[in-house]
Amino acid sequence: MKKTADAVIIGGGVNGVSIAYNLAKRGLTNICVLERNFLASGATGRCGAGVRAQWGTEMNLRMSMASVRMFENMNEELDYDDDIEFNQGGYLLLAYTEAGWEQFKKNVALQKAHGLQVELLTPAEAKEVVPHLNTEQLLGATYCPTDGHCNPFKVTDAYAKAARRLGVEIYTNTTVTGIERDGDRIQGVHTDRGYVSTPVVVNAAGGWSQDVAAMVGLEIPTHSERHQILITEPVEPMQRPMVMSFHHNLYCQQTPHGSFIMGLGDPTEKPGYNMEASWQFLEEMAEKITWLLPPLRHIRVVRQWAGLYNMTPDRTPILGPVEEVPGFYLACGFSGHGFMIAPMVGVLLAQSILGQKTEIPIEPMSLGRFARGELFREPSVV
Amino acid sequence: MGPDEKTIICRCEDLTLKRLRELIASGYTTVDEIKRISRAGMGPCQGRTCRALIEREIAAMTGVPIREQKPAKYRQPSRPVTFAAILGGEPREEDC
Ligand SMILES: Cc1cc2nc3c(=O)[nH]c(=O)nc-3n(C[C@H](O)[C@H](O)[C@H](O)COP(=O)(O)OP(=O)(O)OC[C@H]3O[C@@H](n4cnc5c(N)ncnc54)[C@H](O)[C@@H]3O)c2cc1C
Repeated sequence: MKKTADAVIIGGGVNGVSIAYNLAKRGLTNICVLERNFLASGATGRCGAGVRAQWGTEMNLRMSMASVRMFENMNEELDYDDDIEFNQGGYLLLAYTEAGWEQFKKNVALQKAHGLQVELLTPAEAKEVVPHLNTEQLLGATYCPTDGHCNPFKVTDAYAKAARRLGVEIYTNTTVTGIERDGDRIQGVHTDRGYVSTPVVVNAAGGWSQDVAAMVGLEIPTHSERHQILITEPVEPMQRPMVMSFHHNLYCQQTPHGSFIMGLGDPTEKPGYNMEASWQFLEEMAEKITWLLPPLRHIRVVRQWAGLYNMTPDRTPILGPVEEVPGFYLACGFSGHGFMIAPMVGVLLAQSILGQKTEIPIEPMSLGRFARGELFREPSVV
Repeated sequence: MGPDEKTIICRCEDLTLKRLRELIASGYTTVDEIKRISRAGMGPCQGRTCRALIEREIAAMTGVPIREQKPAKYRQPSRPVTFAAILGGEPREEDC
């Protein structure tokens, strides 16, 4: 293992490797990524793979729109020898309450002002987009055709390979056990395989971000929460867009491979690190999905699993430097949507670490916003 | 076509022995990693045939004996089951 590095990134999920690639691309190549298991073994490899720009705050909208453009060109940009499988079949978001529908109208106005191609649809129009949708009780929907989904293992693999070609070292099966400080400044990182001396540490540890922050004596307002998901056998293509209902707290997409992937949020889930799949989830999912998309009744579930959302109080990530600990950077608290914005997270963190002007102002997303009381109000999350 | 191009390791997802060997050679040296990058073991049979074959090939190529390899996680449900059956609306296939 390296003895010294210009930066150490903790966490080999999609965000860790995106940050590493973007630093190396901008010239900081004596860096390494430390990952406890294997790449994408955390939330990244467990996620729903959805990529959407239909957000309700300007910040999430800008982050995700820029990332969608990067996914569109990623195979070429990263000179990938495989395919990230970015499939833009759109997202259909469903509204079942007056309040939800009013919010959608506001979101669409904001999204259009930012140049997003998005439409408000009547239930009949929604049914044209997804013919097997049950439109009972549906008030309306929004649809953005450039949203879609993308293979998270492949995206992580593509960034990791491109980063390695630029000289980045990626150490898997390597657990960070402590962070050394001298006064306030970062000195280095202890691992179960040795010590790396470095002035810069990036906390991209996903569901364990609060534990890594505690290694520098910092308390951050993130916690982890299990989210469950399942996949079915592959069947003939029948559903292009991701279907999402905030009211039912669920999402469901058909992958290019033919399987359906779907998940549910559980408002009663307690904070913690539990990643076991439960039978209750299977039953609740079966009930809701066969009501919403009735023909799925006869499709077989082949596998279910769970992963951790790393939540913040305003469901918006925490990005950038930490004033109290110079050299310590955060890229965590993605609150269930950290895959789709990872391309832009990598760019912003790299620019911030290198002291460059960031493409999108990063300060509003900093840890300091909580002390200042400048929270985001993102209305559109599952 | 060489013999290992014709030898299918994962029948559900069409992983050939040739591709498996390329993956192991390029650094994917656990069943979990190979599963995620190639889909091997993600099909309807959930790795019932390919898992052991992949472990054996990893052992042969990396020298790490199977008993020392980190076992891949088995995930529920153990057999494919329709949503209707989960809701109790139709008999489980294994029951018919
Ligand atoms: C069920 C589910 C569905 C989701 N669906 C979507 C979706 O559709 N779209 C979307 O955009 N997002 C989705 N998400 C969220 C998304 O998966 C995450 O926000 C994103 O993957 C976070 O990436 P990351 O790189 O920050 O973290 P992770 O992928 O969790 O990576 C963090 C890594 O840090 C490592 N680590 C932790 N502690 C240490 C240590 N001490 N030493 C070394 N390594 C350490 C872990 O092993 C892990 O691999 C979903 C999440 C779940 C669980």
